[in-house]
Amino acid sequence: MMGGLVILWTDALVFLLLFFSVAFAVYAARREHLRGPWRQVVRSRVGVSTLVILSFYVVIGLLDSIHFEPQFSPDQQTGAQVQSSEVYSLFDRLVQPLRVRQEKTYSAPLATHLYAKENIEQPDGTVIRDFPRLQYGGAHLADPERDWAQDIMRLSLIGLIKGLVVTLVMANILFALLAARRSGGFAGAAKEVLSGKSDIPWRSVLITLGLLLMVLFWAVELSGRYHLLGTDKVGEDVFYQALKSIRTGLLIGTLTTLVMLPAAILLGIMAGYFRGWVDDLIQYTYTTLNSIPGVLLIAAAILMLQIYMSNHADEFNSLVERADLRLLFLCIILGVTSWTGLCRLLRGEAMKLREVDYVQAAVAFGVGHFQIILRHILPNVLHIVMITVVLDFSGLVLAEAVLSYVNIGVDPTMNSWGNMINSARLEMAREPVVWWSLMAAMIFMFTLVLSANLFSDVVRDAFDPRLRSSR
Amino acid sequence: MSDTLLQVENLQTWLGDGERPVRAVDGVDLEIRKGETFALLGESGCGKSMTALSIMRLLPPAGRIVGGNVTLGRTALLELPEYAMREERGGRMAMIFQEPMTSLNPVLTIGRQIGEAVKIRDGADSRAVAQRVVELLRSVGIPDPERRINEYPHQLSGGMKQRVMIAMALAGRPDLLIADEPTTALDVTIQAQVLALLKELQQQTGMAILLITHDLGVVAEVADRVAVMYAGQIIEVATRERFFGHAQHPYSQKLFQSLPNAEKRSKQLAVIRGSVPPLNQVFTACRFIDRCDRAFEDCETAPGWTVLEPGQGARCYLAGHQDGVTIVEVAEADHTPVNAATSLEPLLVVDRLKVHFPIHKGVFKRTVGQVRAVDGVSLSIAPGKTLALVGESGCGKTTVGKGILQLVRPTAGTVGFAGDELTRLKGSALRARRSELQIIFQDPVASMNPRMLVGDIIEEGMKAQRIGRSAEQRRSRVMELLEQVGLPADAAGRYPHEFSGGQRQRICIARALAVDPKLIICDEPTSALDVSVQAQILNLLKRLQNSRGLAFLFITHNLSVVSYLADEVAVMYLGRIVERGEVGQLLAAPKHPYTQALLSAVPVADPDLKREVIRLEGDMPSPANPPVGCHFHPRCPVAMPQCRERYPDLIRLNDGRQVSCFKVEQEQS
Repeated sequence: MMGGLVILWTDALVFLLLFFSVAFAVYAARREHLRGPWRQVVRSRVGVSTLVILSFYVVIGLLDSIHFEPQFSPDQQTGAQVQSSEVYSLFDRLVQPLRVRQEKTYSAPLATHLYAKENIEQPDGTVIRDFPRLQYGGAHLADPERDWAQDIMRLSLIGLIKGLVVTLVMANILFALLAARRSGGFAGAAKEVLSGKSDIPWRSVLITLGLLLMVLFWAVELSGRYHLLGTDKVGEDVFYQALKSIRTGLLIGTLTTLVMLPAAILLGIMAGYFRGWVDDLIQYTYTTLNSIPGVLLIAAAILMLQIYMSNHADEFNSLVERADLRLLFLCIILGVTSWTGLCRLLRGEAMKLREVDYVQAAVAFGVGHFQIILRHILPNVLHIVMITVVLDFSGLVLAEAVLSYVNIGVDPTMNSWGNMINSARLEMAREPVVWWSLMAAMIFMFTLVLSANLFSDVVRDAFDPRLRSSR
Repeated sequence: MSDTLLQVENLQTWLGDGERPVRAVDGVDLEIRKGETFALLGESGCGKSMTALSIMRLLPPAGRIVGGNVTLGRTALLELPEYAMREERGGRMAMIFQEPMTSLNPVLTIGRQIGEAVKIRDGADSRAVAQRVVELLRSVGIPDPERRINEYPHQLSGGMKQRVMIAMALAGRPDLLIADEPTTALDVTIQAQVLALLKELQQQTGMAILLITHDLGVVAEVADRVAVMYAGQIIEVATRERFFGHAQHPYSQKLFQSLPNAEKRSKQLAVIRGSVPPLNQVFTACRFIDRCDRAFEDCETAPGWTVLEPGQGARCYLAGHQDGVTIVEVAEADHTPVNAATSLEPLLVVDRLKVHFPIHKGVFKRTVGQVRAVDGVSLSIAPGKTLALVGESGCGKTTVGKGILQLVRPTAGTVGFAGDELTRLKGSALRARRSELQIIFQDPVASMNPRMLVGDIIEEGMKAQRIGRSAEQRRSRVMELLEQVGLPADAAGRYPHEFSGGQRQRICIARALAVDPKLIICDEPTSALDVSVQAQILNLLKRLQNSRGLAFLFITHNLSVVSYLADEVAVMYLGRIVERGEVGQLLAAPKHPYTQALLSAVPVADPDLKREVIRLEGDMPSPANPPVGCHFHPRCPVAMPQCRERYPDLIRLNDGRQVSCFKVEQEQS
């Protein structure tokens, strides 16, 4: 069924980032000064709840980052081997029905009929103008007017119950795991968790997870028979689009930081540590870069890329690859415009640290500059890097939406919340109004950005030494 | 008693919740009479400040008063509602803090800030307020108060700011002034000014002062009665005379013995072993038992309060028993150098060292002036000897140390070290020489990377200098060093924050020793430490000097340490050495008027020793803009006309010391 793996540029970077995160986690687990704040993060209720939601997004994003070329089904093998221009992700495979079941045009969420009137030929040959039945949405209903509400209720109930059952199963697994690690037995562990007395607030984890699972199963049940969030102009499922956009949002939020971090850390520390002409040079560079409006820079870069792409269309095997390169380029250019803030912060901190006694002592020992930076300065500015990365994430997700809205964001063929909002511009002006695209994008983006913001607050509280002393 | 102003009974203050709260104040009783100065003495972390904050009810959010009574006059303070308490604070009670820099709002003029305090007490008639502010400023000895009220805090020096704080505290005409380490952040000459001011104000207004301090010298200077605090409890109360003559508690006695001075030069200082026990436990035994040389079986149950004479009492079974138990004193080992330095060739020769920092201004960062932090300092140290560099903060003594180490590149002058000219060495050649000069810093917290293990910290220098061929060799050397400075071997696997201040300073010493230096620059290594811990570090330094033949450049402002440790002393003022000589000679009979004033301003822990304090007016001028002529002449009590014109040369006197003063020059010829 599965064909050869296709590794897109962004996929490679995503897995590189994943590798780095895991490596950092292993590194941090052995160092108390890094483990301590993270322990504080997972001990806060807001921290773990948002972590659950974020990991849901991350899982979808990762599933959507494993791409492959579909193999042709056996009956097609008799024909000539055609190079497919389509690339699917593992996530596409999982939600295959959502992708394939296309309607003709707009339909409202959970609707059984199209949103536009059409000429319908009746069995008796007469033609009337009415809202036709959807090809897939609610197709199993004999009489939509009569059965619709009942069917929705039934499916919702089944979904919620399934979610609840899965939650209960997971809770029991958790209790068993906890009970195995310490004395008190299964009942003891369960009691500790449910009364909210455990070190890590497992109760909050379970509540969030339960809610999430219930929503998830509810959505699965309903989207199997209906279009949960309606369809767009060409009849594509909006729910599917919103889910696909998760990867784009996450990529923009994380890859941008990955791109900018080396420059920001290296230049910031160098400027602060060496002072003199190095400092002047770096400072003037980022001051200059900062005074060019970011949007202008991004627009120029993206437009240039567009021209390049249309001139060299044959270099790209598929549309997905082409869109992917544009996404990567967007990340890079966003990174170029956003490293200055962190760089400035790090310069100030490094300037302070170079005068600190332990750095002076290292100089007095004849330790080289590189070693001093690596051993004394870098570990002591890591908390700033951490706080900035997490705080910047939500800003970048929102930035993508704005940029796509003005058409200098990701490729129009790529699913992204920005593109959904962009297309909603026309839909909102239409009569009757098509509101679900916009709403779907809003709900998904809002949930992600809100969780990211709450999470970053917790992270900052845990890592900022000034806040730590006041508690 | 009718003359009792403040009565504290069984005060208990706990910090933090959870299962083991820190019992910062654990049953304190004290009584302050009208118009007296009551000193609360103790090491850091023993609960002195918490006691004061509890009395003011200004505890940090984590703290709470668990029990006890505080009565001011007839008012029970702990039962007052908050709005009534606000009346008392700044009314009958006022408080001044240690750090005058952070106690004032930098964006308001001092007139506004004092005016605010006055308005609350005297009503809002602006003319009357302005008048009272001027009056207050004049009473705390600020010259030209009419002009000063429009100045901002940053325009004032540290001593001035502390005076402004005192003026604010006086705005409510308090009966009780709580002064929490009011002079710790100030230099000795300024400290003398502020202490004299407090004494004077007390005589004028008849207020009582609760003085919180760790400095026995300050206590001897101003206190009427003394209470010693240890681990959250008061362990001894006495009048000043009784306390300095006949301290009863072993802890108080040890404190006196651990003070360094000239007579103890050839001996080890008495130390109180260990450190203050953590306060998050319930004590059943005497709190001092682990550190006491005289502890016996009875001490396993906490001793009660023993009243000795009226006004003196102690929390010890031995109190009042002169010969209750035979005291086995630790043999005072002599300090004799093992391998006395034989070569007469000086190890370090610094000649006319100058370190100037340019002041940049404008868009193109033009240099508009120079901060002359060090302006022509010459000195030399022989192997195995100690030179003490003494001066007030801001006189450039730390910069001299950094200039010698080439941490700051000197602007001019030469630094000759064992035949090499350090100022001309660069890159790897300089790096190779670095093992021979090392530095120990003042702040043991800031001088170690909190992200590194102690073992790695000590090893760092060895790695950089390629000492020890293999990792095992270096490891075993780390163990050896840790043992030498008196730390357990498992310290290598721990982080710096797990150690106390004194232990951290030991780690810093071990780190410096790791590369086998010949000269160590000690930049105030004991000023952040308590007296008892200071004695441990001084003993260690002296022992190391004798066994390894180390030379020290000891940068300090603590003259008792100088008299204990140094062979030679150089006194610095505003970037230049004003007097230099052999330690006994110089401390006994200083020649330069600045040295005389500095020595006289140092409080001595002996109330019988009445001495004339030469009070210097004003503050040290800025090194960016030193006065023309002799730098000291604006503050000098014996300034002559020629002092305003020319800087006096450093001349060598008959007895071998060097002084730069026209007055001395005249007397000589």
